Parts: sequence; structure tokens; C-alpha cells
Amino acid sequence: MKRRVVITGMGIYSCLGKDLEEVTNSLYNGKSGIIFDPSRKELGFRSGLTAHLEVPSLKGVLSRNQRVYMPEQANYAYAATTEALRNAGLEQDYLDSHEVGILYGNDSSADPVVKSVDALREKKDSTLIGSGSIFQSMNSTVSMNLSCIFKLKGINLTVSGACASGSHAIGLGSLLIQWGLQDCIICGGAQEVNPFSICSFDGISAFSIRENEPTKASRPFDRDRDGLVPGGGAATVIIESYESAVKRGAPILAEICGYGFSSNGDHISVPNVDGPSRSLLMALKEAGVDIKDIGYVNAHATSTPVGDKNEAKAIANVFGDYKPEVTSTKSMTGHEMWMAGASEIIYSMLMMKNNFIAPNLNFENPDEDSAKLNIPATRIEKQFDMFLSNSFGFGGTNSTLIVKNIK
Amino acid sequence: MERQELINKVNEALAEEFEIEISEITPDANIKETLDLDSLGLVDMVVLIEETFGVKIKDQKITSINTFESLYDFIQEKIDANA
Repeated sequence: MKRRVVITGMGIYSCLGKDLEEVTNSLYNGKSGIIFDPSRKELGFRSGLTAHLEVPSLKGVLSRNQRVYMPEQANYAYAATTEALRNAGLEQDYLDSHEVGILYGNDSSADPVVKSVDALREKKDSTLIGSGSIFQSMNSTVSMNLSCIFKLKGINLTVSGACASGSHAIGLGSLLIQWGLQDCIICGGAQEVNPFSICSFDGISAFSIRENEPTKASRPFDRDRDGLVPGGGAATVIIESYESAVKRGAPILAEICGYGFSSNGDHISVPNVDGPSRSLLMALKEAGVDIKDIGYVNAHATSTPVGDKNEAKAIANVFGDYKPEVTSTKSMTGHEMWMAGASEIIYSMLMMKNNFIAPNLNFENPDEDSAKLNIPATRIEKQFDMFLSNSFGFGGTNSTLIVKNIK
Repeated sequence: MERQELINKVNEALAEEFEIEISEITPDANIKETLDLDSLGLVDMVVLIEETFGVKIKDQKITSINTFESLYDFIQEKIDANA
């Protein structure tokens, strides 16, 4: 018998704000977090566009011996997770006495790797690299740091699934809870924003070069889109069994009722239509819902020419004549990559809880495929109780989550 | 380097890196307890000393040094050996 999986807490640190309230306001007002960073051009970037956010200062919050192992994205993840735990009513006493786990999406940690190799080349002595670098450099850095800081005793794992990492983390976490292997898991995704982490991504001409209009550069589904804008931060959701949430008297915000996944079995960077379609259909089947139950679709759409086109085809294929609102919050945030699957669950949750759909910024002219979807370019006030969120990644990994409101 | 100058330099560097007040460092105090050092913290202390004084600390003796007074002596030996 599968157990119900609910969301009892959320926390976020992104270019749209440092907490849920700031992010809700940015979503409601359609505020973009994208800027032009001239230092990237000095480094030799093709595009100087990026999301902008400051690394939170945790000096005085965490000890030196805790902070020394944390790279940039772990700082974001700590901020988001602290907010999520607080909102879920989870205190350290509970974490100390229960098997709470962590499944976090992360797929790079470039900055500390670059710095350690620079130090080795300069000093020609590995013992001068310092103790923090190895722990900062690994893909599992976020889950290893947070599990030690919060003294977690359940599953302790990083999910690396490219730009679907955060979504897969939540989906896999929900399966562990469904099958009774865990009662409560901290799930999420984190993404470093430093230029070293994405210089090679810039190098394959994947980024928008609309540098004279930074807030117009990320334009998912628009006919004149020319590439994505890199972003980052961290997003955390606390998921647990319905029984656990009731027993704790926790706030039950929503239910994760469907997780679908697939692999394209195709090109390493060019997405297709079939793979995403199968992911959507699997999520709908697992949720046991009709397409007409879905009130909003949070698209993966990153503002790349081929990706958006094929996702639009997949959504149109699956939803047919029924046309729920489809938007990509990446129009405001840029592509939050390893974090995106988790942050977009939170963006969608905030919209669902506050009865609106944030605008798909810069959707000025559709192309032949996006014209078949219902894409609002301005905010609309709408009450909905179920949404579907897509996340796709390099290598053809696809993840789809369906979330139902609980009032 | 004068003894007091060396002591001041060591104390300032350690206090900043390990985020403690300089006043917590006294000659007879235990280094690991005062700085909250585990084996990884010790790695960073070695890096700090090597970079601050331009000396190499390759021997294992540093792991058996308990007090700050002994640490000052150890660093002085390394500086003298380098001179």
C-alpha cells in the first residue's frame, strides 16, 4: 500500500528573493532577477548575462569548522533549508531523535575545484590546498554539509541529473516515503552562480546574447528567443508521509501525487519530443488524475530555440484540446539548472497558494509550436488546485512532478 | 625575528583563521582545545604557519605539540633552520 506524500515546509534563496515572502512578491510583480555582469566579458565569456544574488553571510551563524567545507551553493542551500525546516516546524530535537533524510540535487562544484588546482599549480604542494577543498569540490557537497550541520540520520544522498536534479530529488524522495523506507526527507536543489561553473556552458553558445536588454534576454516560448540565461541559488522542500505530518501536527501544504521520469535515448544536448512526453504521461498515470485536473503547467522551457519548441510539442501532444496556462518562471530567474526542478515546485506552490499565475515574461510573439499553448505574458489571477512541473536535462533525462493543493 | 614579534604574528593569524579572541591564546593553553582543532583543522593550521612564515613543516612533530609555547618554539626552530 503506497503511502501519501505531503509537503510540510518550503524555503528558497534565489535571484527573486531571499525568502518565500520576497519571492512571492517578485513572482506576483513579474520582477526579473537577470543582470549584465561585465566581469564575465573580461574573462572571455560570449554572454555576460546572469541572474544576480548575493552569497548569504553565515559568519556568526555557523562555526568556522562548519563553514570551511561549504562552497557557494551550500550557503544558499543552508539558507533555504533553515527556512523550510522552520516552516515545517522541525526543530533540532526532532532531527536528533528521528531518521530524517536528505536528497538534494546538485551536479557541479566548479569554483573550489578551480581554486584547488590553481593553488597546486602555484605552490606545487598539495598540503597547501587546505582542508576545506575536497569537501567543497564534490558533487555531494550540499547533502554532506547539510547532513552534518543538521545531524541528519536518514538517507544522505545527492541526486545528479543535470538540469532535472532538483526535480528528481523530490520525486525519488517521494518514492522512498511512499514505500515506507523514510518518513521525512529534506529535498531540494542547489546551483552555484560563479562564472567558473558555467564558462564551458557559455562556450557552446547556449546562452542568450541579448546583453543590451538583460531583463528581456530570457524569453521562453517567444519566437525571438536566442538562448538561456544562467541562474542559481537553492530551494528546499520538506516532504513527509501524511501520517508523519499529522502526528507532528505539521502544516500540510500540498501532496506530491505524481512523479514521472524518462530518458530520451537520443542526443546529449538536443532534446526530443518523445522522451518528455513519456515523462508527462507517466506522472499523470502515477497521480491517477485526468489532464483536466491540472490547473497550471510549469514548463521547463529555458529559452533555447530547440528545447522550448520540443517541450511545447510534448505539452500540446499530451494535453490536446485542453489548454491550461503554461508558463516558464525561467523568464524571471534564468535557468537555475541543478536547482530548477526544486525551485520551480516552490514557485508554483507560491502561485497556487496565492491564487495567481506569474507572467511568462517577454512572450511577445509565439512560434508555430508555442502558439498551440495557452501562455500568459502577464500575470493572471487564478485559483487552481493542481499543477504539473517539468524538468529536463542534458543526456536526455526528464522528470515531471504533479502536486495537489491541500487547504 | 624577535620572540614577541613571532608570538604576536602566530596569535593574530590563528585568532583570525579559527575565529577566536586573541586573549584566549595563552602560552600554556592547549592548542587543539583552544582552536577547536580536529585532524582537518590541523591541516589548515599547518598551511597557515607555512604561508605566514615561509617555512615548510613536513615532519610529524607538529601533531604532538600541545601548547602554544611549544608551537612558538617549533616555529622558531623552523625559521632558524631556514636562515
